[in-house]
Amino acid sequence: MPAVQETIEQVKLLDVDKYKYGFITDVESDLAPKGLNEDIVRLISAKKGEPDWMLEWRLAAFRRWLTMEEPTWARVDYPKIDYQDLHYYAAPKLRATATSLDEIDPEILKTYAKLGIPLKEQEILAGIRKPDGGDVLEEAPGGEYASGRVAVDAVFDSVSVVTTFKKELAKAGVIFMPISEAIREYPDLVRKYLGTVVPASDNYFATLNSAVFSDGSFVYIPKGVRCPMELSTYFRINERNTGQFERTLVIADEGSYVSYLEGCTAPMRDENQLHAAVVELVALDDAEIKYSTVQNWYPGDPEGKGGVYNFVTKRGDCRGRNSKISWTQVETGSAITWKYPSCILRGDNSQGEFYSIAISNGRQQVDSGTKMIHLGKNTSSRIISKGIAAGRSDNTYRGLVSANRRASGARNFTQCDSLLIGDQCGAHTIPYIESKNASAVFEHEATTSKISDDQMFYCLQRGMSQEEAVALIVNGFVRDVLQKLPMEFMAETQRLIGISLEGSVG
Amino acid sequence: MAEATRIRTKAEEALANHFAALASDDAAAEIRNAAFDAFLEKGLPHRRVEDWKYTDLRALVRDVPAPAQPAAFDASRDALARADVFAPLAPARIVFVNGFFVPSLSDTKGIEGDVEFVSLNRFLADGGSFLSRSQLDASESPILALNGAFVRDGAALRIREDAKVARPLEIVSVFAGSEPGLQTMRHQVMVGKGAEVTILQTFSGPDGVAYHTNVVSEVQVEAQAVVRWIVAQEEGDCAIHLNLLVPRLADDVTFDPFTLASGSLVSRNEVRLSFDAEGSSASLRGATVAKGKQLIDNTLVVDHAVPNCASREQFNSAIDGEAHGVFQGKIIVRKHAQKTDGKMMSRALLLSEEAEFANKPELEIFADDVVCGHGATCGQIDEEMLFFLRSRGLDKREAERLLIQAFLSEVVAEIGDEAVAECLDERIRRALGAPASVTVGEAT
Repeated sequence: MPAVQETIEQVKLLDVDKYKYGFITDVESDLAPKGLNEDIVRLISAKKGEPDWMLEWRLAAFRRWLTMEEPTWARVDYPKIDYQDLHYYAAPKLRATATSLDEIDPEILKTYAKLGIPLKEQEILAGIRKPDGGDVLEEAPGGEYASGRVAVDAVFDSVSVVTTFKKELAKAGVIFMPISEAIREYPDLVRKYLGTVVPASDNYFATLNSAVFSDGSFVYIPKGVRCPMELSTYFRINERNTGQFERTLVIADEGSYVSYLEGCTAPMRDENQLHAAVVELVALDDAEIKYSTVQNWYPGDPEGKGGVYNFVTKRGDCRGRNSKISWTQVETGSAITWKYPSCILRGDNSQGEFYSIAISNGRQQVDSGTKMIHLGKNTSSRIISKGIAAGRSDNTYRGLVSANRRASGARNFTQCDSLLIGDQCGAHTIPYIESKNASAVFEHEATTSKISDDQMFYCLQRGMSQEEAVALIVNGFVRDVLQKLPMEFMAETQRLIGISLEGSVG
Repeated sequence: MAEATRIRTKAEEALANHFAALASDDAAAEIRNAAFDAFLEKGLPHRRVEDWKYTDLRALVRDVPAPAQPAAFDASRDALARADVFAPLAPARIVFVNGFFVPSLSDTKGIEGDVEFVSLNRFLADGGSFLSRSQLDASESPILALNGAFVRDGAALRIREDAKVARPLEIVSVFAGSEPGLQTMRHQVMVGKGAEVTILQTFSGPDGVAYHTNVVSEVQVEAQAVVRWIVAQEEGDCAIHLNLLVPRLADDVTFDPFTLASGSLVSRNEVRLSFDAEGSSASLRGATVAKGKQLIDNTLVVDHAVPNCASREQFNSAIDGEAHGVFQGKIIVRKHAQKTDGKMMSRALLLSEEAEFANKPELEIFADDVVCGHGATCGQIDEEMLFFLRSRGLDKREAERLLIQAFLSEVVAEIGDEAVAECLDERIRRALGAPASVTVGEAT
């Protein structure tokens, strides 16, 4: 069909080489020597000024990692990673925990400004500079941020460079800080939860992360608190030949609520960069965590050279009764995305949700999905996954829904739809549905199609141009998921989808 | 190599001993050895082998009996009497007892003009060779590898071009005797251009005997042929049943396989279908009734290698007791297979606390102009439907039975041949514990 042919052409022209975040920031870095051994683990731990128990934890993970083999079961294909050829620690030369933006290398601020993240906004900067910053935003002119305020933790290579709104958050009792700081300031809290959702021995990449994680965010929402603003982390890989291993731990205590956003970008480099993060969420009784990701790591050039390997372990534990964890992800970047944000529905009546848009183009490979593990009674989960494959990419949904013998009344609804644009790409659906309880009700449906001629014809005969028609249909295709994104990410996501599939979205 | 030094399980050890004891003087010795080597390399499949994730033969198969010996005539006749699923259709019959062709129990009257038949034993003795050499590699399928190593007999069938075979043709496999044994058969079926035929395959055997059945059917369907392939698996309750169907379809073929699985302790019904030319359609369907400690596995691989083919997959399973049901279905659409239409549905009813079901419907798609979908559900009997029937005066047991029956019959009805469907419905009623004479109509 001509419209699709045109779309293919335009996608070809506009896709990955149009990566907008591929610049390199010229800051001096403090780099650990290449290679991985116990000394490096000790070095990282020392740099962070960690207590002994943390070092021991890391070393145990490292020793465990040495005995493990890299998994190969996923539908992704990449040359063997030389783990000794990476830097495991890179930090811009500045104080790792700046309390105000003045102390931050202007180059880094420029970087974040270029990325268009809220850090750059003057009102928000003011919010940081004022010693009693708490109320500044209500006074801020324009009102734009009075409602949609976001506290940001920006992670540059291995360290967190700045965290905004700390004071206002502290007023509400919310702890939001780099995890390296939390290990020092709230060791009991960290120790109680770290590794309880994703154990240090969980899988090859999670174990590696446990040994060498450098930074990440720590969030604790106390009992009954509804976090007054969205929390956000922005990850940026800058340095050459580094791996980024951040660790995020979010704990929502009884009856609390938090919405957490995560965004990622990296410069364009010819070599591949490894990103092996671990995210752990814990929701106690009646708590709710909403975790949204817009992942836009550098996807590599159109020939598949370079790009980020995004091998991330994300898991949420609905530990308490009536708790809820919701994952929303928009995956447009990375040469390879290989992750399954999961929910362990342990508490009775707990709920898990997974909403995903995964767009692959060029030579990108995506093997992503979720796991919903129903353990408690009357647990429910919902999976909506939209995969769009274009160019020469492969886009796989892989998911597990399981009901334990005791999970009576478990309920799951899964819908995964794939859209293929062009005849060089692949879309695959591999669901595993395992029921060990008769009262569990699982429903799964999946479709794969191209934009149908009927839909196109209908739009065209209503007077739309082909581009408009494709835009309308693709927007409709992902709408279910788009609606689940927090307002703060909506605009960015729409822009990203536009960039990733420009030509079809118009 | 690590694999070579792997410790064999008792069952694998038994297989090796049985294989060594086989006379190696037949014409196929070379193929047998190659097949058994292929088996030994990987051994019995286990849960870490993706295709066998839910049917861990290494754990489920404790021991393997020696190859069965031909049974005495009386015992054979008595055993055959139970394999009467399709008796109302009065089909032509090719009968195998303990894996050996028994001419005196077979009956091919009236179809000689349309169907050429020789037993595989004769076929091989006359210099014929396995089709499989050009089809599926033994190393890809442990069922095929074991079959190649131990096969003694089977049916070599050729349906003549443009033959409209009026009488259904039944291939019956029964196990006779009270001693366990291993029966291995290979059927090779060529359906000529434009031919129309219904082939029935029945499996039956005594309860309480831990015999093994391994059967591979290779079917080559030529252009414009129409084939119904109906399997009724009613093996004895201690049997291990491994069944592999490998159809290859030429252009404009209609090939509709159906499997009713209610017997055996462990069974795997695997279909690996490939479309070799355009314009064909295949409907793969099945109904499963499992109870006790049964494990019944339906695994499909449907390979759309060419454009313009359609496939339908529909499997309904009712799982009771501590039984496990497995459905694995994979639709592959290769790069140039545009205009493929594939729809797969697997539904399971769990009827008891201990029943389990694992569903893995896969789509693997490399072409863009396709319409493919799959659905999978798992749950228990709808309370409202149950209430409706009970409010009409049915007791709970009867109401449940009716609903399960209706659930399974829904797929049976899709076969599109009322006489065949009636035979299968009757067996489903029996498997669900209803008295044979009570029909749905009378029960209300």
